[in-house]
Amino acid sequence: MANTSTHVAHDADHDHKPHGLKRWLFTTNHKDIGTMYLVFALLMFFVGGAMALVIRLELFSPGVQFVDPGFYNQMLTMHALIMIFGAVMPAFVGLANWMIPLQIGAPDMALPRMNNFSFWILPFAFTLLMATLFLPGGGPAGGWTMYPPLSLQGGDSFALMIFAIHLMGASSIMGAINVIVTIMNMRAPGMTLLKLPLFCWTWLITAYLLIAVMPVLAGAVTMLLTDHFLLTSFFNPAGGGDPVMFQHIFWFFGHPEVYILILPAFGIVSEIIPTFSRKPLFGYDAMVYATASIAFLSFVVWAHHMFTVGMPLAGQLFFMLSTMLIAVPTGVKVFNWTTTMWRGSLSFEPPMLFAIAFLFLFTIGGFSGLMLAIAPADFQYHDTYFVVAHFHYVLVPGAVFAIMAGVYYWLPKWTGHMYDMKLAKWHFWLSTISVNVLFFPQHFLGLAGMPRRIVDYNTQFTDWNVVSSIGGFVFGFSQLLFVWIIWKSARSGAKATAEVWDAQPSGLEWTVPSPAPYHTFDKAPEVR
Amino acid sequence: MSEERNPLAGGGTPAESPAAATSMTAAAGSPTAPRRLHGGLVARLCLFAAGSFAFGFALVPLYDVLCRVWEVGNRWYGEQTKAADVVERPDVARLITVEFIANTPNNSRWDFAPQVAFMTVHPGKLYETTFYAKNTAEHDVVGQAIPSIAPSSSARYFQKTECFCFVPQNFAKGEARDMPVRFIVDPDLPADVDRVTLSYSFFEDPRYAQAAKAGAGS
Repeated sequence: MANTSTHVAHDADHDHKPHGLKRWLFTTNHKDIGTMYLVFALLMFFVGGAMALVIRLELFSPGVQFVDPGFYNQMLTMHALIMIFGAVMPAFVGLANWMIPLQIGAPDMALPRMNNFSFWILPFAFTLLMATLFLPGGGPAGGWTMYPPLSLQGGDSFALMIFAIHLMGASSIMGAINVIVTIMNMRAPGMTLLKLPLFCWTWLITAYLLIAVMPVLAGAVTMLLTDHFLLTSFFNPAGGGDPVMFQHIFWFFGHPEVYILILPAFGIVSEIIPTFSRKPLFGYDAMVYATASIAFLSFVVWAHHMFTVGMPLAGQLFFMLSTMLIAVPTGVKVFNWTTTMWRGSLSFEPPMLFAIAFLFLFTIGGFSGLMLAIAPADFQYHDTYFVVAHFHYVLVPGAVFAIMAGVYYWLPKWTGHMYDMKLAKWHFWLSTISVNVLFFPQHFLGLAGMPRRIVDYNTQFTDWNVVSSIGGFVFGFSQLLFVWIIWKSARSGAKATAEVWDAQPSGLEWTVPSPAPYHTFDKAPEVR
Repeated sequence: MSEERNPLAGGGTPAESPAAATSMTAAAGSPTAPRRLHGGLVARLCLFAAGSFAFGFALVPLYDVLCRVWEVGNRWYGEQTKAADVVERPDVARLITVEFIANTPNNSRWDFAPQVAFMTVHPGKLYETTFYAKNTAEHDVVGQAIPSIAPSSSARYFQKTECFCFVPQNFAKGEARDMPVRFIVDPDLPADVDRVTLSYSFFEDPRYAQAAKAGAGS
């Protein structure tokens, strides 16, 4: 590619880059690619969010008012696929692209062209997925978990959804390989693994998880595909298959996947809390080992998603206890973050606010997870709104808040401008209050027995659904503030210093000027 | 700057890396050198990904084996017991209710029902009942019945010496017939079980269904 060789040829000319569309199409620069990932994730966040608002609108009152049940099912399926694979995962990959080279003192990611490829696959994957909404019969409507035999009865959308998932998987695997090679091979001299910033550590472990389980998902959906079109019988009982086996294979991917969605969030929070507590992170080594333990345990707990399929007592006990065991390393993390803040000189800039909200609200999600881990209790909670409340607590004020904290933390480094702190605090308070109004009542609904994934509900559930929908709309529209703040910071604002925060954050990313030049660390820094 | 290969690259799990790596000082960071340097690690990671893909498929036979070994589920008890192996030793003091249920997928074109809803039987004695099926489709169909027994813990005590579920059933257009099941409940059936339900799901065999569909022009 011409522009790459230009960079090598004119090494001294740091900001030389092609302009216009070509710059973005052919770029191999980790900062450009990181930006594209983040913008793409933000776009998908709004697409998936719009679908969530369709769901909340319909659930505002009992009965079927606004959308037909088939379309409702398409919305809930697409909302999940888009938020997981289109918003949260690309946002983390975008942050990794921007920050990992800056944090380890590397000039770029290890495999810049693959990096470009892994990003540009995504728009195609999601075009394919969203195009299904315009097919006769509409998009996939059997839930993002794609359980057969229901998913096999899907219409024309079935094959497109599976090809979209194959593409997303390929993109994630390439991204993961890139992260591992970068961290393993391109650290600045003196940066031993146990000096690695925690964001890099959590991403390194996440990348291994991705390589271990994304191919398993690819295999599972390939089996669905051959069952549907080539008359194999992996999951078809008439030919000797077993639909329950799909659930086992799917959740063997699915549980590590939920840690893929949260471990980088742990890393971001572990960067932010020490900065604004003006203390080093409490128990760095323990954090690393806790992350690794969580990753290891994620492989042996999958069947807690399917206690009700009929499992021997020994199986239920094993999966129940192994799931509860995860609370130990997670508890270590929560303890360390809290202890880092203990007697620190706290200040409450927007990234810190989001990080503290993460700490509280993620822990609530963790606790409801422990309740769900109790096999006999799970028979009551299974497939109710309690589960919906649980995973939205860990994913929205968990993963999404951590991403927002990270954006607010590093945004001045990217744009060179401070953003509007006052507006960002408005964004924080609106989001934090509304997210609780949105999801907390869903605990009550679930405990009272409201099933998930159904367009209509019994009138007894009306009140809390109204509250939840109001929270949903406030939360959704509050996010427009986020876009406005980022847009404004990209255009104008007070000049940011290299250190950005007067809390004197530690890390190599704060040694380069703001905005970070197009090429950084051409000469590797020395780390002591 | 050291250009030496990171000895740990790609080796081991992240969990075991940190302790071993503390003494490592540097890896290559030069923008001009990296391609050759990264090759080995990239190859190993690609191999890892390919291995994970293969593992996904390996879970299929593994699932069968583990279910058999741990006696999970009751798909395994759908197999035929040879009539010659059955020793009748009726336990006339004990009565068990055997219920019969017939299911069809909701997109199928079968009439399918047991001739009797339940039987009261003595363990250790051979009985026979029949299920009625009629092909209501506009063409010939091949059906396959899949048995299931509840409670699943009693599945291994419920033996079938003859069953229409052992082979695919050919039905001409409009054909109807009674299909027999001969079964015996093992006297070792746990004492707390007084009711066993035998249910069949009658599927169109997918390998024939498509050909049939094409023939019907639907």
